[in-house]
Amino acid sequence: MANTTAEPPAAPPEQPKPGLLQAIKTILSKPEDADDSKVSARRRRFVMAAVLGTLGVNFLMFLRFFFPRTLFEPKTTFRIGYPSDFGFGVDTKFQNAHRIWVVRNTEGIFVISAVCTHLGCTPDWKASENKFKCPCHGSGYDPEGINFEGPAPRPMDRAHVELDPEGQIVVDLSKLYRWPKGERSQFGDPGAILRV
Amino acid sequence: MAETNGNPTTPTNGDGTGGNGAGNGNGKSRIATLIEGSKEVRAKAAEEIKALKQPEKTDVWKSILRVKHDETPRSRALGVLSNVFLHLHPAKINRDAVAYKYTWGMGGMTFYVYITLVFTGTLLMFYYHPSKIVAFRDILYLEHDVPFGKLLRNMHRWGAHLMVIMVELHMFRVFLTGSYKKPREFNWVVGVILLVLTLLLSFTGYLLPDDQLGFWAVTVGTNMARATPLLGHDGPFGAQLGMTPFNDVRFGLLGGSIVDANALLRAYIWHCVAIPIIASTFMVVHFWRVRKDGGISGPAPVMLESEIKDVRKI
Repeated sequence: MANTTAEPPAAPPEQPKPGLLQAIKTILSKPEDADDSKVSARRRRFVMAAVLGTLGVNFLMFLRFFFPRTLFEPKTTFRIGYPSDFGFGVDTKFQNAHRIWVVRNTEGIFVISAVCTHLGCTPDWKASENKFKCPCHGSGYDPEGINFEGPAPRPMDRAHVELDPEGQIVVDLSKLYRWPKGERSQFGDPGAILRV
Repeated sequence: MAETNGNPTTPTNGDGTGGNGAGNGNGKSRIATLIEGSKEVRAKAAEEIKALKQPEKTDVWKSILRVKHDETPRSRALGVLSNVFLHLHPAKINRDAVAYKYTWGMGGMTFYVYITLVFTGTLLMFYYHPSKIVAFRDILYLEHDVPFGKLLRNMHRWGAHLMVIMVELHMFRVFLTGSYKKPREFNWVVGVILLVLTLLLSFTGYLLPDDQLGFWAVTVGTNMARATPLLGHDGPFGAQLGMTPFNDVRFGLLGGSIVDANALLRAYIWHCVAIPIIASTFMVVHFWRVRKDGGISGPAPVMLESEIKDVRKI
């Protein structure tokens, strides 16, 4: 096919430039020189590359498929009422609704994310023992969420808190303050505690 | 059968003559052909009756069984080879391959338990909806109302425990007898993959009842995936590669950042469709390779006394 269609245009430049003609001739003669087995081997390689390429792209698409763009998960930002609603100590009334505890101490009010830092279970607040105890592997935390027993590697994370114009506490669970072992505590950072 | 086969011939005959009486001229030839036809039918019926007495000579019989089934070693071997359910087995095995003290028969029993699990699991699927709202209710329904539901669920549950135990005992035996050595290294690796797949089946099945135990077990299990090197957001080099709770391997497993409806559905599909297909494929390879690597490994070949004498005579 390539030969028959390419030959007519090869005829006109015959008169002015023999050099060009030669060049075209050599280009055209290439497929004639190559023996059939080489051509078919190249063709097989091409087909194989095309098949593998398609499968590879499909595999990447397959992997991407498992990562949805939109999620339907509980809101991470919510209001929990006024600072005056919370007395000293641990308040567990938002544990079921938002998975948080609201704690007030002498410094102010802060919100603990009720997720054990070991493997993510929800610890129980044991009022009689004045501590949080994780039912999964026994990590224990003091009323401020500081770990003191069990496998937990660090204190429980605290959520971002701020007051809205109305004066209500707004909690943002997507901004967490951590105190990784041997590192600087973020618990004093602005937003980690309401000094009220 | 003989009577029902014979009877239709007479009515057709009668109908034919009746039809002819109503019709026109060329009746005689028609009657003749009909009579001939009826004779043929009769002859065929007679043959069929004969065949019924000797079913092994019918075409149906031959098309299904294809080989003679007499008590010769050859046709017994053919019986195994020409059967789709048996062809993965060798036609004949060594006497010592059934030395249960040596093999414990654990591989075969594991496969049997797997078949039981596929069967009971499929039945459970008739009542179970993988949805956050009704999943646990369906479990209660199965447990307390569905006829034999409790039995099936418990068969599935205990079978699952048993399968894990048996796979491990099988592996233990193979290790003890050194059966992972050449030429069976490849099959050992296939076996390790099957062990992992068995554990994954167990793990994905754990979440499906959507009870407290399963929910927290999967919470804990998938939180371990946070610490995966490179692919987890809490793991080594994870943060540097841009991993967050919303794009790491845990997210891919759960279909979200928390154990929720997507996670339940994903566990269900992995548990009921994807992993069983993958595991079955590996099992086929595993069994095939057992044969190709020289059959089930066993102790030194056993010889009957008579055989030993024969050897000595020569």
